[in-house]
Amino acid sequence: MKLRVDGQEAYAYTGGKAFDATLPCVVFIHGALNDHSVWTLLARWCAHHGHGVLAVDLPGHGRSAGAPLRSIEALGQWLHRLLDAAGVGKAALVGHSMGSLIALEAAQRATALVMVGTAYPMKVSDALLATARERPDEAIQRVTAFSHSLASAKPGFPGPGAWLRGGSTALKRRIQARQPALNLFEHDFKLCDAYANAETAAGRVACPVSLILGAMDQMTSPKQTATLEAWLQPRVHRLPAGHEIMAEAPEAMLAALRQALG
Amino acid sequence: MPGFDTLALHAGAVPDPGTGARATPLHLSTSFVFENSEHAASLFNMERSGHVYSRLSNPTTAVFEERMAALEGGIGAIATASGQAALHLAVCTLMGAGGHVVASTALYGGSHNLLHYTLRRFGIATTFVDPRDLDAWRSAIQPETRLLFGESLGNPGLDVLDIPAVSALAHEAGLPLLVDATFTTPYLQRPAELGADLVYHSATKFLCGHGTVVGGVLVDAGSFDWDAAHAKSGRFETLCEPYDGFHGMVFSEESTVGAFLLRARREGLRDFGACMSPHTAWLMLQGLETLPLRMARHVANAQAVAEFLATQPLVDKVGYPGLPSHPDHALAQRLLPRGAGAVFSFDLNGSRDQGRAFIESLKLFSHLANVGDAKSLVIHPASTTHFRMDDAALRSAGIGPGTIRLSIGLEDPADLIDDLKRALKTAGKA
Repeated sequence: MKLRVDGQEAYAYTGGKAFDATLPCVVFIHGALNDHSVWTLLARWCAHHGHGVLAVDLPGHGRSAGAPLRSIEALGQWLHRLLDAAGVGKAALVGHSMGSLIALEAAQRATALVMVGTAYPMKVSDALLATARERPDEAIQRVTAFSHSLASAKPGFPGPGAWLRGGSTALKRRIQARQPALNLFEHDFKLCDAYANAETAAGRVACPVSLILGAMDQMTSPKQTATLEAWLQPRVHRLPAGHEIMAEAPEAMLAALRQALG
Repeated sequence: MPGFDTLALHAGAVPDPGTGARATPLHLSTSFVFENSEHAASLFNMERSGHVYSRLSNPTTAVFEERMAALEGGIGAIATASGQAALHLAVCTLMGAGGHVVASTALYGGSHNLLHYTLRRFGIATTFVDPRDLDAWRSAIQPETRLLFGESLGNPGLDVLDIPAVSALAHEAGLPLLVDATFTTPYLQRPAELGADLVYHSATKFLCGHGTVVGGVLVDAGSFDWDAAHAKSGRFETLCEPYDGFHGMVFSEESTVGAFLLRARREGLRDFGACMSPHTAWLMLQGLETLPLRMARHVANAQAVAEFLATQPLVDKVGYPGLPSHPDHALAQRLLPRGAGAVFSFDLNGSRDQGRAFIESLKLFSHLANVGDAKSLVIHPASTTHFRMDDAALRSAGIGPGTIRLSIGLEDPADLIDDLKRALKTAGKA
């Protein structure tokens, strides 16, 4: 589905069904150097179980046009304008990694806030930022290695026969390659690293909150959620996965999401 | 990322959660129980991942597929009934009647038959080009072209495909490159790292390694941007436009990098049905565990045997890229630094009868029509696979009356050389 936001074309995957703004809406927000395709199983499930689904591509990512925005706060506001364009008042906001911070920023319009693979502060080491700047492909491979916990995870994403580390690397390379004038990897990591508004944003949250964490996550360690838990009083799910929870534990992730959406 | 040898043992597998079995279990089950009707519907509708029916996927076969994707540096794989089935699946996922392939002339005979005769009958045409002639590749591309295709080591002369150069010109034209990497295996070369977009194997050969089962595997590197190519040229509508045969799905929208594999599995395996048996996949996994060890020995033995043959008076020519006399020796050193494979041909300076006498004198080499076994193999094309051809027709196919093809196994190389010595002596007297 294509929407018009800030004069630019914005893409949202609708889960294999035409979007219906009258249904309870679920918005999926991807992380750094990703796109909507990390959500397809969950998006299809929601779309076929009574929800209107918008799995967005953030500006400058995947199929959405425009320049990447310069802060998590700006992306939160962009998400509000996307909801306006789609004719949606409030929605369940489900974000992964960088997307979880965007969901938090936009949570004034959330019926439920689901932060997947999250941490706060979401600091990125100077060494990794430098590698992302100078040798982005090496950084992509390093992040892929950090993001997966096992030699294999069943039943596979998006289906059997998929090699998750290969898929994750290829997706990051593709998203990076579609922005030849910009090092999008470095850009996205800088946004995560710089974000410092979580306490204020958390103060605006009035909906139920869930954290879905990978017990073996080496990118956003589940130990780094204490402040979020104190501010948001969330329901916390710790799943047997690394950072790429949707790919490594799709069944457990679906079960946790169903609880979060009520 | 773990190293190649580690991936060969572990990629795609974990100890079985139900039983604790360390080896990958063999799941000989055609189908898998649904938890309830809702679960069934969600599996069919790709809302959840899992197994339904073993033609589409199977837990044992999936381990083999994941391991091959990991070893090739790809995003996923589909195991097939044979290497021929893998080639057919690749072509028919990308095009229907009216489509066109540009292929190397240096192909396995079965691949040539499929492209030149059988697929042509279904409206898919192929132009064959000298794999070393980059201008020929470029000028053969037509508006209907959907694929460029060659072998990492071609038949019968072991032409080394210049994958970086051919993939570059393919990508300039907005087309993917498919490589048959059967002779090299990912141990000797990972075509995806050199620019290939799709890779397939006759897994019957070195991947299995023991001459026990027939199978194939098709790997997607996940590197080709089907959407970008479609936007420019309108090509690849099978991946970038809604497919009525599967929920109206646009595969490139569903999976940004995995569109090809989605369509190949959801249409190709479903409808053509050339899947791999889980029993075959289990045997393939036993082979993959020792692939690095076996391939190192295969190429070391092949180099030793090729060097021996090159010194023999009754031998005219040894077509092995590991020898400086091969026209692609320099390219092989660049693209195949671990070795130039273990299958090669040489020409006896003699008649068909001498070729036959040579073969019949061998004791260790088995005379049969296969390659890539742990045991050394031999065939004399002029008296077997190509016996209907006269000498002129043989020459045009790059085969002489005394051409012998060897597949070098894992035996003690001194024993292999002794066997060849004895047979050469007998042939010399024939």
